[in-house]
Amino acid sequence: MPEVRIVNVTKKYGNLYALDNVSLTIQDQEYFSLLGPSGCGKTTLLRLIAGLIEPTSGEIYIGDRRVDKVPPEDRDIGFVFQTFALFPHMTAWSNVLYGPKVKNYDAKQSETIGHEVLELVKLNERLNAYPSELSGGMMQRIAVARALAAGAKTLLLDEPLGQLDAKVRNEIRYEIRRMAKDLKLTAIHVTHDQAEAMSISDRIAVMKKGKVVQIGTPQELYMHPNSLFVAHFIGESNFLEGYITEVNDAYSEIELRQGLRIKALNPRDIKKEERVVLAIRPETCEMKRGHIKAENALFGQVDKTTFEGTIVRYEIRLDNGDRFVINRPSLTEQWINVGDEVTITYPLDKAHLFPYPEAGLTEEISV
Amino acid sequence: MLSKLWNTLNTLSAKKPLKYTLYLSAIIIFFAIILIPPIIGILIKAGSLQAVFGQPELMNAALGAISNSFIIGLVVAALDLIAGLPLAWIISRGKSRWLSVLDTFADIPFVVPTAALGYSLLLFWSSSGGLSDLFGSTLVSPGWLLVMLLHFTFSYPVVVRVIVGAMLDYKMEYERASRTLGAPPLTAARTVTFPIIKPSLIAAFSLAFARSLSETGATFIVAGAFQNGPVFLQNLSNAFKNGSLTQAQYEGATVFASLILIVVSLTIFAIIRVLGQRIKLPFGHGLPIFEKKLSYAKAAWSRNSITLFVFLVIVLIPSLFVALPAFQAVATGTTFVEAFTGSGIWASYWQSLLLSYGLAAIVTVLGIILGIPIAILIARKTFGKLPSAIIDTLINVPIIVPSIALGLSLRFFWQGIPGIPDFALLVFAHLAITYPYFVRSMSAAMERINIDMEEAAKTLGAKPFTLFRTIVLPLTKYSILSGAIIVFTRSVSETGATLAVTSTLQTAPVLVVNWVNSLRGISPIAGVNALTVGLACGLLILFSFIILLVLRLLTRKGKV
Repeated sequence: MPEVRIVNVTKKYGNLYALDNVSLTIQDQEYFSLLGPSGCGKTTLLRLIAGLIEPTSGEIYIGDRRVDKVPPEDRDIGFVFQTFALFPHMTAWSNVLYGPKVKNYDAKQSETIGHEVLELVKLNERLNAYPSELSGGMMQRIAVARALAAGAKTLLLDEPLGQLDAKVRNEIRYEIRRMAKDLKLTAIHVTHDQAEAMSISDRIAVMKKGKVVQIGTPQELYMHPNSLFVAHFIGESNFLEGYITEVNDAYSEIELRQGLRIKALNPRDIKKEERVVLAIRPETCEMKRGHIKAENALFGQVDKTTFEGTIVRYEIRLDNGDRFVINRPSLTEQWINVGDEVTITYPLDKAHLFPYPEAGLTEEISV
Repeated sequence: MLSKLWNTLNTLSAKKPLKYTLYLSAIIIFFAIILIPPIIGILIKAGSLQAVFGQPELMNAALGAISNSFIIGLVVAALDLIAGLPLAWIISRGKSRWLSVLDTFADIPFVVPTAALGYSLLLFWSSSGGLSDLFGSTLVSPGWLLVMLLHFTFSYPVVVRVIVGAMLDYKMEYERASRTLGAPPLTAARTVTFPIIKPSLIAAFSLAFARSLSETGATFIVAGAFQNGPVFLQNLSNAFKNGSLTQAQYEGATVFASLILIVVSLTIFAIIRVLGQRIKLPFGHGLPIFEKKLSYAKAAWSRNSITLFVFLVIVLIPSLFVALPAFQAVATGTTFVEAFTGSGIWASYWQSLLLSYGLAAIVTVLGIILGIPIAILIARKTFGKLPSAIIDTLINVPIIVPSIALGLSLRFFWQGIPGIPDFALLVFAHLAITYPYFVRSMSAAMERINIDMEEAAKTLGAKPFTLFRTIVLPLTKYSILSGAIIVFTRSVSETGATLAVTSTLQTAPVLVVNWVNSLRGISPIAGVNALTVGLACGLLILFSFIILLVLRLLTRKGKV
């Protein structure tokens, strides 16, 4: 039941950095997610941990053992592939028993293990079927069972739910977490779906272009994003551009487009006259119909409303021309119509101030 | 002008009766020219069998030669698989940039026309000036061992090519999964990769086996006193010409040997086809521990070294050894000048070269025209599943039938119809032998085209001909070209059927066989010596290389 440690790992393909000096520690029995847009290096990192590829430099430890020169079959890991990679020439049952057989357990022992893991994934029908005859959900269960039967202590999951339809996906993701917890495994789960990562992980590493941007619990990432990228990638944010016009102990004042001035906390001590971006989540704002005079308020007109079931999404054009989105619960609120004048307020501590990115805002948040 | 033609063809192609007429005529031509004559011809002559039944000696010789053929074929195909797998593995899995060089080298013996290859091997293994000099005596004399070496050499590239193709198509994820489940590389290969690519392994084995059964010219050169099926048939023909056999004896023995060759090889291929898919190797309890030791470090290094050594010393160098006397001939000058002025025997050389390449070009063009409709029939199941499956199976028959038997049968068949020139027979024979390769490659390419694309084109208003011209053709262009390369090189190499079909027309490989025989004192030809034969082979290889290189450059353009 090991801790997994990545120390200064770099993986280059030609001149391209798939991973650029990444270090992180995944604790024993933790359910950890690697989250990021495609091409961010999350799958590369998972394959490096599994030993399917070798790092250009750096060290990888599983437990106390340095493994970056150890072949995959000796790392005591289980890997669940996005495509499941169930052996097409073997039945479901033979697939599950493959690990024990390769590890030279005798027939009886192998079968006992097989029955145990199938019990765990709640599957004991259609075991004589070939993978091509199974549904996506069943293939997924067999893939997990096969990894567990091989005696994995660390479970590596590469987009394990990507091939399943929405309903099954939601069911299975909690089951995988439950199993990992029951068996006291360390689990590393790669996904590009932030909702999936948020709902099952103890901690998440958000990755971008070969680097880890932020590591934290789902709450930490959501409440305290350390960058515009995380603020954009985890959940959703409105971005308002401006300059700092005043800095004092309690707050900073920002001038937005067309001289509109608002207040924000400035924990990063950004200096006066610097260009900044203020990130505000759509669901943290209050909105009232009409122009109501209030401290730190934004005024605008509703451009578009979208009913999304549990929430209503309002797209608003602020008086200074900026766009702004607000989500409100659909059942408890009075519907505000397109064309209505509105006043928007937000708690100061829920607006995050960042220096304007060197590469530009669009580039910074691009996925 | 062109658009007018397209329009006309479009309107015509949209007419159902016309479409079916086209496909039906393709099927009729397939049966009438390619499938039936090579089998029926022998049966027509079945009456002549009686002449052999009274001659136990001749019958025993025939049976002995035929069993030699099958033993050598099976052993060579198995050895090819054993030696070819590791090389295919290195080519498809390795990371070194030298691999593309190795990949190209692996094709070389495929390009060398087999007759030249046979002479090259003879020089390398058994004549003075070759490897034998190192040992002070002849290392491998002409005979069964040299025949096996020869067959191993020319079928090896085919096996490697087929397996490399399969390995590149294979999803690496399966093997990775196996590794993460605890299997060392060799165990993963044995229990996962090989079973999944089994159809290709069987195909590679079958192709090597078929080529070994069919090869005549080169085998004749290196066989010495040894006889396999094709050599026996060729010896019969020579004996008949010498007058040591009567017409009845000759025909009887020929029909007898050909018939057995055909029947047994059809049976063996049927068995391979049926059993091949069913055979499953046991898991091998305890084997993984042993395989782990062989998977890493020294063991892997020595395995790769042995593989490369076998490839270099048994396949590559012997194939090109004939270049040595060719260079000598260039250096001496007189032979070289004679060759290019076309004086003396060289006139016949250039004639035969012209005949060979002209014939190959005609056969390639005909093969493409006749092959495309059949390939579409197989891939698109135009007439339903069963007819497609039947044609798909029958298409293999000309590959399976040993080519000299096929040639003899063709001759017997067309003999009955007067006025057919030898050249037409030559075209028919080469067409029958090469046709399956083209159809195979084309239908496989068509099966890879997503049917959605064709349907999309249809919904956008494309008529059948436009669909073919704008979707199917561009997407299969390179498979057509690579199929054409195989047809062309096989036709240039073909000796067995050529010898059987005609005694007046001399293609390049037949000429090489005759010249080598002259060198060995069998029916000598004035003016033939070691230098001329060397130069003749060298030039033949050179021209084949140039043609292949051009075609390869053409194919490479579109490869992604």
